[in-house]
Amino acid sequence: MSLAKPDALGINNKQKVAVAIGVIGLFIFALALFNVNFPNKALFLTLSLAAIIGGTVVFSREAYLTKLEGIKNDGVWFKSISSRGILGWILGVVLTTFYIVLYFFPTYLGLGTDGEENTGLISLFDPLSQLLSGRNASQWFVYGTLYTVAILAFGYKFILKYRHNRYQQLRTVSVMFFQLGFAFLIPEFMYVMNNDLPYYDLKSIWPLNYYIFDEWSVNGFLSNGTIGLALLLFGILSIFVFTPILTYKYGKRWYCSWVCGCGGLAETAGDSFRQLSSKKLYAWKIERWLIHVVLVFSVVMTTAVVYTYLGYDKNDFWLTRGVFISFVIGLLTLVFAGTMIFKRQELAKDAKYGAISFFITITLLLVMHFTGTTDHLFYIKAGALRAAYGIYIGSIFSGVIGTGFYPILGNRSWCRFGCPMAAILGFQQRLFSKFRITTNGGQCISCGNCSNSCEMGIDVRHYAQKGENIVRSSCVGCGICSAVCPRGVLKLENDGMKGRINSNEILLGNDVDLMELVNQK
Amino acid sequence: MEHIVIIGNGISGVTLARHLRKLSNKKITIISAETDYFFSRTALMYVYMGHMKFEHTQPYENWFWEKNRIGLKKAYVKHVDTEAKTLHFAEGDSLNYDKLVIATGSKPNKFGWPGQDAKGVMGMYHKQDLEHLEEHAPNNEVCKRAVIVGGGLIGIELAEMLNSRSIPVTFLVRENSFWNGVLPQGESEMINRHIKNHHIDLRLSTNLKAINTDENGKVKSVIIEETGEELACNVVGLTAGVTPNIDFLKDSGIELGRGVKVNRYLETNIPDVYAIGDCAEQHEAIGNRRPIEAVWYTGRMMGEVLAQTICGNKMTYNPGHWFNSAKFLDIEYQTYGWVFGERGRPEYEQHFHWKHEDDTKCITVAFHKESHKFLGINTFGIRMRHEVFDRWLTEQRDVDYVMHHLSEANFDPEFYSRFEKDILKSYTNQPQLAKS
Repeated sequence: MSLAKPDALGINNKQKVAVAIGVIGLFIFALALFNVNFPNKALFLTLSLAAIIGGTVVFSREAYLTKLEGIKNDGVWFKSISSRGILGWILGVVLTTFYIVLYFFPTYLGLGTDGEENTGLISLFDPLSQLLSGRNASQWFVYGTLYTVAILAFGYKFILKYRHNRYQQLRTVSVMFFQLGFAFLIPEFMYVMNNDLPYYDLKSIWPLNYYIFDEWSVNGFLSNGTIGLALLLFGILSIFVFTPILTYKYGKRWYCSWVCGCGGLAETAGDSFRQLSSKKLYAWKIERWLIHVVLVFSVVMTTAVVYTYLGYDKNDFWLTRGVFISFVIGLLTLVFAGTMIFKRQELAKDAKYGAISFFITITLLLVMHFTGTTDHLFYIKAGALRAAYGIYIGSIFSGVIGTGFYPILGNRSWCRFGCPMAAILGFQQRLFSKFRITTNGGQCISCGNCSNSCEMGIDVRHYAQKGENIVRSSCVGCGICSAVCPRGVLKLENDGMKGRINSNEILLGNDVDLMELVNQK
Repeated sequence: MEHIVIIGNGISGVTLARHLRKLSNKKITIISAETDYFFSRTALMYVYMGHMKFEHTQPYENWFWEKNRIGLKKAYVKHVDTEAKTLHFAEGDSLNYDKLVIATGSKPNKFGWPGQDAKGVMGMYHKQDLEHLEEHAPNNEVCKRAVIVGGGLIGIELAEMLNSRSIPVTFLVRENSFWNGVLPQGESEMINRHIKNHHIDLRLSTNLKAINTDENGKVKSVIIEETGEELACNVVGLTAGVTPNIDFLKDSGIELGRGVKVNRYLETNIPDVYAIGDCAEQHEAIGNRRPIEAVWYTGRMMGEVLAQTICGNKMTYNPGHWFNSAKFLDIEYQTYGWVFGERGRPEYEQHFHWKHEDDTKCITVAFHKESHKFLGINTFGIRMRHEVFDRWLTEQRDVDYVMHHLSEANFDPEFYSRFEKDILKSYTNQPQLAKS
């Protein structure tokens, strides 16, 4: 069908001014990047950040407050930026380039090496960094600031877009709070209080912060007395206690769309791209392989990293290599056996994939234990494994592809295909959680708004039109499917485990005799 | 192998085909002149509004049909020869069947208005209607104003569609309040105000007299019956209801009324010929239902039931409690059980109406005047649980019970404001409802 670009989707004059203000803010960054030396950096940094935030705020107010409350998706598939048009591709290339430079060539951004002063873009952020923690900015500080600004400004936009929907508003305020406080400000203040502590974003949990168990990190914690030990303990408790309890009660959404920074950026700045995730069956197949490969990789890598700095001898410290590897294998076996005994039915075909992942992991760990030497694991230098994970998963997958490809693959491609944390939470959500998306009897009209707006690429309609609850490990519980449903079919709920997965051949409201006949089987 | 041929690839025909495949190994062919693959008709509006692309309205991926051995044929059936069990296509070829199912749906009503076939006049039903709309109303420069004739569900959807592209809309409604043949007064009036809040020029008690065309046969204006006023416009949407799409059956010997006449087994007068969905007309209406039910859900149910019959487990079409839903611009509507508007309301049916002060939420509860038995509910702007109302209707609860347990039925997203207390207060304060 030929679709002329409807003129009505153009922006009004106030929005044009807002865009211009925002672009001026970005232009100051561009000038800084090309080493224009601003006389008063604090002033120009303030100006540019204010321009970007102000432009976004004015733009959003014009976009949503001039209309009645309701679903605001008019034209998302017509607009170039949100439908993989030329603007979308340009944005994708710009973001991807930015990430590559950030991760691999920070000197291009002006990072001063060997004690030199910062120049360029990074030096523009020195005043803010000085204000917060009394040191000059790093590329990570610049990135963290921009990241936080993006979540705050676009979070505001999102709140206006869904101003009729309190679930959306609350979880957006939540991600804005956690980003500003936990990811951005608190680590800076912690540095001020004790500058030997490793950077620690309290809400970032292993395996998302794969570096927490690195030697430098653990040593950093351990050499800092009570507070360091408390932080390390908090990290361990987060993995083994807090996370399972919260996920049992609320599903993985408590983390993925209420707390997580990656999720926070995806839900705010990435909201305009949610419809771009592929709902095709083959995409789901790729997803299931990829995310579990990353999970196995991260488990093996973390174990290997800890393993390398443990000793052989009990006399140094009770936790030796042998004890540790036995502990890891024991824990994995416990989880695997428990799942197979109690949840075999629910897993159905997926049991095979679970078993494969489990045995690969165990085999890798055993191979590592019996072939490893003091500084070589898997016959490569111990550090190489960790470095490979950091580069390929931590940087390229989560940053370059995960965020850089927002306008191409949708806003959650990292969460969907790569995040090992999402894989663990998803495993639990699928099997040990009260969370589900309930479908409302027979009211579905198969329109497809739910599937279209699912950022995780779940074909929500596939379940809704069968009257089947959605219990999927990948669901991050953003709630947009429920919001956009024109017939009130979907509701995110925490309820009992019984009858959570309900597949019926015939929907409610149908032929009474037929329901009895078919559903009693 | 028995060959089942289904004419029409809408929800009825496709549901039938899917269930036939689950239950049997029969050869299945679906014929459609409209599209290659099944799509959700109710979602066409979102394509024009840019919420989705057309491919997103297709509930199954294109490989689904071959994998499930459901044959698809794009052709227009010109004539059905029930003697020889053969279909003749407009394209010239033909196809034999063992059992034939007619699931051709509806077409928009036209009431013989002058100019009703001009360029720029369209219904909003088929995919082709969407293509016409795209051609004649791509934006508000090509289409400076659109006039919609007929105040039903499709009419208001078309108004919303045009509104999304900032095309000015005049909405002609024959009744003195929007859809009040179905909706009780309080609800209908709330929707009137909501339509106007969207800057749609709603004209109640207003009929179309004629459509004027320019020298190229294109719409240039409409004349209003009551005032004789001439309204300049480039598009006219005819949305005054739908009629079964069965013209091609005229000389087939299959008994026709407004639709294809069927019994409770969905059989026509000719053996091995069935009809389901919008185009089927029951000899006698079932309960409070209309003989022709042009609703997504009933089409789906008929498909499911007929699959059983064709596969040897003969069953009557015996639908459960009535339910339906729609969305009026930003206001969602659901109904469970029976709530009648002014027209056709049984004398025993009494209503309790509650409306929120923000004028976007209201409910109407219908109950029996004497026995106080709960009959049904209309809910606007508050989502309710189908399962709960279905159960209460089966259990024949009284209205008091329903009002006191309303919170069990709430289906709004988490953290939404709840109104049950407010509703209950308003209910118990109604003097005429107090139990004697």
